[in-house]
Amino acid sequence: MNPRLLPYILILPVTLFLIVFFLYPFALVAQEAFTAGGGLSLQNFREVVGYWKFPISLRNTLLLAAAVVPVQLALALLMATMVNRMNRGRDLVLYVWTIPLGISDLAAGIIWLAIFEQSGFLNSMMGGLGLIDRPANFLSYQHPMIVFTAIALAEIWRATAIMLVILVAGIGLIPKEYYEAAEVFGASPWQRFVKITLPLLRPSLQTALILRVVLAFEIFAVVAALGGTIFPVLMGEIYAYQFDLLNGGAAAALALIVLAISIAFTLIILRVLRVPKGATI
Amino acid sequence: MAEIQIKNVAKSFGSYTALHDINLTIANQEFMVLLGASGCGKTTLLRIVAGLETATTGEVWINGRRVDHLPPKDRGIAMVFQNYAVFPHLTVFENIGFGLRMQKLPNDEVKRRVERTAGLMHIEQLLKRYSGELSGGQRQRVAVARALAMEPDVILMDEPLSNLDALLRLEMRAELKGVLAESKTTAIYVTHDQVEAMSLADRISVMHQGRIVQAATPIEVYRNPATEFVAGFIGNPPMNFLPAEPKGRCLWQVAGLDLQGPDTSHPLNFAIRPEDVSPAAEGLPATARIVEPLGAHLLVTCDVGGAMFRAVLDSDLTVKPGDRLTLAPNPGRVRWFNPETTQAVA
Amino acid sequence: MTGSATSQAALPTPRKSGRFLYMASVTLLCAWVIVPLYFLLINTVSSPDTVNNYPKPFLPPFDWSSLQFFASYQGMLSALKNSVIVALMTMVLSITIGAPAGYALSRFEFRGKELFRMLVLLTRAFPLPLLALPLAVMFIRTGLDDTAFGLALVHTTLALPFAVLITFSLFSGIPVELEEAAWTLGCTRFTAFTKVVLPLILPGIAASAIFAFVISWNEVFAAAVLTIENRTLTAFLLAKLGEAPLHLKFAGGFILVVPALIFIFAVRKYLFAMWGIANR
Repeated sequence: MNPRLLPYILILPVTLFLIVFFLYPFALVAQEAFTAGGGLSLQNFREVVGYWKFPISLRNTLLLAAAVVPVQLALALLMATMVNRMNRGRDLVLYVWTIPLGISDLAAGIIWLAIFEQSGFLNSMMGGLGLIDRPANFLSYQHPMIVFTAIALAEIWRATAIMLVILVAGIGLIPKEYYEAAEVFGASPWQRFVKITLPLLRPSLQTALILRVVLAFEIFAVVAALGGTIFPVLMGEIYAYQFDLLNGGAAAALALIVLAISIAFTLIILRVLRVPKGATI
Repeated sequence: MAEIQIKNVAKSFGSYTALHDINLTIANQEFMVLLGASGCGKTTLLRIVAGLETATTGEVWINGRRVDHLPPKDRGIAMVFQNYAVFPHLTVFENIGFGLRMQKLPNDEVKRRVERTAGLMHIEQLLKRYSGELSGGQRQRVAVARALAMEPDVILMDEPLSNLDALLRLEMRAELKGVLAESKTTAIYVTHDQVEAMSLADRISVMHQGRIVQAATPIEVYRNPATEFVAGFIGNPPMNFLPAEPKGRCLWQVAGLDLQGPDTSHPLNFAIRPEDVSPAAEGLPATARIVEPLGAHLLVTCDVGGAMFRAVLDSDLTVKPGDRLTLAPNPGRVRWFNPETTQAVA
Repeated sequence: MTGSATSQAALPTPRKSGRFLYMASVTLLCAWVIVPLYFLLINTVSSPDTVNNYPKPFLPPFDWSSLQFFASYQGMLSALKNSVIVALMTMVLSITIGAPAGYALSRFEFRGKELFRMLVLLTRAFPLPLLALPLAVMFIRTGLDDTAFGLALVHTTLALPFAVLITFSLFSGIPVELEEAAWTLGCTRFTAFTKVVLPLILPGIAASAIFAFVISWNEVFAAAVLTIENRTLTAFLLAKLGEAPLHLKFAGGFILVVPALIFIFAVRKYLFAMWGIANR
């Protein structure tokens, strides 16, 4: 066998698989989105964007991402630096902190439902402390802010772990000597964090942010479990178009809009956090 | 007999040429050292012989058989790697016996050969250990034993001692020389360490920028370097160069000193090794700048006619920076180079 | 493991108050992860009456009737079985397809390598479950609709980028020299792989296989779109969110969480090594 062909033979299965199950269906989505009444048209987009729920679900999705991702980033950075100077118990703490990594968004939604539902633990606690007389129905139209907070908390609880893992791995790659050198030159711990950890962590920050932001736009099951129809988001609307309204064209158009937003944010993150050539570790 | 012939081998990576038209014959049982700075192509050449890299053009012959189209396993070679490449999931015994098992040798034969080579390398007591439990030097021994156990026609070594500390390197160097001489295999050994090269080699091929600039015995390479590069690369401190002015037929003037030299009309560079000068009544006028007592002798860096000049002198002398010296070159050791071609001139 | 090359963190050197603050924060953050899980556990091991009433106990009563109700609920056990089958298929598919590509990326320089990497990374930055929509149509035509295998194919698309990047980083951790040494000792490319690389890589491969399992196990959207009769557990729970009683939701949520706990425990050694290189 020709050794030059070997790498191509090895990547062939993945390539074929991604063509059939990724590129091809993607083309189909695009085609369906731009087709209406048997011809090329923007009708589906007009319909989707013109629907009264669109601005609400778009706003909700963006608000959630804006509320959740920065908190996750800060939390993950804090946890990563804490873990990094830990000797005893490091493995145990890391295990605990990464548990949510394996938990699905649906399960996370259900977990936080146990806390926020009317007979749930939040009410039980507040009742036990004598703060309220009778349990409040937090997840209802009367409390939009609490619904939002519950969803955001569930997301932060669930998906900080993936950032943590990426950042811990990234910090592990930064040689210790840099910190020692900085310390010798008189940098305070905070300066060391800002001047060394953050810049050298840029590739990891990039990966973590892209992954999280894209996933934040796909938020669906947490919302379904906690907010239901009270808090419409884009992915939920796609699901509704497909199944409740049986409008495949509209679902496809909305899917493309979600994709466009994801790509736009990915490009922004890549641009903002770009690493100058040759400035890698 | 295992003679290695490298015929017109060239290698390029894209637009970068790593090796230019290499021709080299290594005799049966010869110990050949490829010596050069990093990036000179010595490792690439070794890997082409091993079959780990394919030459862009050219042929490799081992034992009168053309092998450049064969995979490494069919070339009758064994190799010792820079980072030892001791398999971490196998015991020392299974590491040394790995190649023998691949040849499907019977168990008792494997055992016999593993124990024999382990004995040669003094690691009989480590046979049950894993690589994680070994020191660098012990891993090195396992790697060599593993290659020897194959009883190969040719053994290839890629900087095998470079990861050991200085003292261990000295010890392993001597041991390697003894073991390999006894095994009667042909060897190619890559290193950037000239002392290692001098001590081990039957012949040294000095490589520079993808070419072999000189292939000769160690003493020949040292005494009669073929180019200024070799003269500067071999020897520590390196050879001194001074410009020479023609004064007449076969007569040259170097920093005011008249010397007999080659019969040519080109301008020439005069060259002398630092240990081949001594203080005398008549010689090169030098001003001492830096004096380094090295125990066995005195290394004096001086200024001769505005150029830097190093001299290795008797440690009994007292020389201070600023002292004026007159250094006479040993006439038998003076060499001449053409500054344009950098080639030696007889 | 990359994590062992610990660098000094940029936090204050421990003074007494700082030390206390530090320990308190670590404890608090651990509690932040564990307490919600603990609440779910309490609900799961409470009777349906307790689950639906106020106030809640703060100690688990260890009453199994909710779990019994879950097990006897129409369609629940078969959904659980479907989830396991789909996840196992995804695991096998994504490793057998993904690992060779990971190997190719770590060992060869070839034309189109960057393009291939882009293709793989692109899938990771793409809301993949969306592709379930056209695939639903495609599957109806090919008879794959509403089958475990069809869903496993979609989940494999989801798990593949991870499988490729993780195996890439695992293979990159095995020095090429080891393979080359095997070649000079009489191995072919294939036997060098099976005798040297595979034994060293096997635990890591197992970890990434488990990763693929969990990706499939947790996936909600595509499962909900592509299965009707043969619902997986996530799809089933999602469909019942509106109507199911609370104790059913909590028991179901608990069953969803259990593999996650085992998963993270099983792969904890590899989690950071896997991401260390895959990152770059």
